[in-house]
Amino acid sequence: MSRASNTDKRLSLAEAVSRFVPDGTSVALGCALEPAIPFAFAHELIRQRRRDLDLIGPISDIAFDQLIGAGCVRSVTAAWIGNVSAGLAHAYRRAMEQGIPRRIEVRDHSNFTIAQALLAGALGAPYIPTRSLLGSDIPRANGTFVASTSPFDGSPLLLIPAITPDVTVIAVQQADSDGNAQLLGPWGVSQEAALAAKAVIVLAEEVVSRDVIGADPNRTIVPALKVIAVVEEPGACHPSPLQGRYGRDHEFFHDYHRATRTAEGFDAWITEWVTGVRDRRDYLRKLGPRWQQLRIPVGGGG
Amino acid sequence: MDVSAGELMVAQAAREIRDGERVFVGMRLPLIAFVLAKRTHAPNAVGLFELGIVRDEPSPELLYTMGDPPNVAGAVWCARTIDLMGLLQRGDVEAGFIGGAEVDRHGNLNTTAIGTDRAHPTVQLPGSGGGADIASLAHRLIVIMAHDKRRLRERVDFITSPGYGEGGDWRTRVGLPRGGPSVLITTLGVFRFARGEAVLVSYHPSTSVDEIAANTGWTLTVADDVRATELPSVQELRIIREYDPQGFWTRRGTD
Repeated sequence: MSRASNTDKRLSLAEAVSRFVPDGTSVALGCALEPAIPFAFAHELIRQRRRDLDLIGPISDIAFDQLIGAGCVRSVTAAWIGNVSAGLAHAYRRAMEQGIPRRIEVRDHSNFTIAQALLAGALGAPYIPTRSLLGSDIPRANGTFVASTSPFDGSPLLLIPAITPDVTVIAVQQADSDGNAQLLGPWGVSQEAALAAKAVIVLAEEVVSRDVIGADPNRTIVPALKVIAVVEEPGACHPSPLQGRYGRDHEFFHDYHRATRTAEGFDAWITEWVTGVRDRRDYLRKLGPRWQQLRIPVGGGG
Repeated sequence: MDVSAGELMVAQAAREIRDGERVFVGMRLPLIAFVLAKRTHAPNAVGLFELGIVRDEPSPELLYTMGDPPNVAGAVWCARTIDLMGLLQRGDVEAGFIGGAEVDRHGNLNTTAIGTDRAHPTVQLPGSGGGADIASLAHRLIVIMAHDKRRLRERVDFITSPGYGEGGDWRTRVGLPRGGPSVLITTLGVFRFARGEAVLVSYHPSTSVDEIAANTGWTLTVADDVRATELPSVQELRIIREYDPQGFWTRRGTD
């Protein structure tokens, strides 16, 4: 039994960005935390010189740093911005400490509260109460949380208001052309972010038939009804890993850390790896044998 | 015996995990402390990783991040951050690990920013991640830090992860349901907490109480029975070095 998909939403990455992510868009990405970060999408935003983006995400291992350093960002709503295995995020530091290339606003969260804010968005609820962060300075710095008490037992609570991104970008192993998307590995806050968003853009390592999705629907992280574009983009997450498809390129993160200590070094890095390559295919070609070594044969587990 | 500060801290941290406990494993050195505990005295400990992974066996190879594929293969559960944080908030997690850039004598941690104006920091740090949640909600908090006077301060510029606040019953007053730091393990010594204040209980063999006092930003309280920190055993060192043969985490400091 085979069924054609309702609509074919496949687009190139460049088209998806130019049609659905204008300047000033709020964009959630990197929502699985360390793995499955859609770096290809972040790089296309930089190539198309997007401005005044409001970024949303839990930790974003250097993707946010690159967007901030390239001047694409007006504000960041996040729990952590750095380089997980190498240290601090130099471009984020320059923006916050020196206003280079521009000042940005930061809305501090923890991983739990950003998950709760997105869950509230996904539920169509105005807020979710939490017992986390009581006594922390994060609520004061964030400015959007409300201190309250439980109407049931009088215990202190913080109310975390809903976040509803304009666009959530998720990278997955497989999706059908309609946008039913399946992610293997930990989900982080990806599902809440997708369901909370007005629209979802899916970057799929591979576009598969509707029958493949239907054979194991428990693996679907977001159904097509939320999805506006499907981009078939192998290797979209490098240097972060995609479970079962390719490993993490640790040295790439460490090279980036060393190369971007200065603003000039950052600009040279962006020229080499982002604006100086045409698209993701070109980028993977530039990686050369290093990319082949990271790849896991499909069905090879891992 | 040539033991790095990182190896000493990993061995100390591992001993804080009791057998059968549910443990929130943090980034960097705690990744190795969990492995060491599992392979020595705590074979039934369960590791929870905030991106949505539960493991009853440690990853077979060195992790650079908790999202590396070897930490997913062989896991017992791949889920959502909110599922793991829910377990933490319910009180189902006995212990959690975090590090910080600054800590004060009440165990409050700053990983947000150095400087008093959050909008214009002197040094922008990465932020909470899940650290503030672990500090708020785990039954016990195990803190691992590099030790110097700029990091161990009388007051931190920003409380990212609450310790004991101003001491006494502060946690209860602000509404935190439980928890607080049980131990602060640094590159120089080990502190425990009494009435919400850090007390030095051991100094690493390479240092002394005086040296620690000189490198601590508050007036040190020292336990009556303060002693030298126990070095890792031969077996512990073997496990640490098999797991991190290049010393990527154990010989690079703790920033």
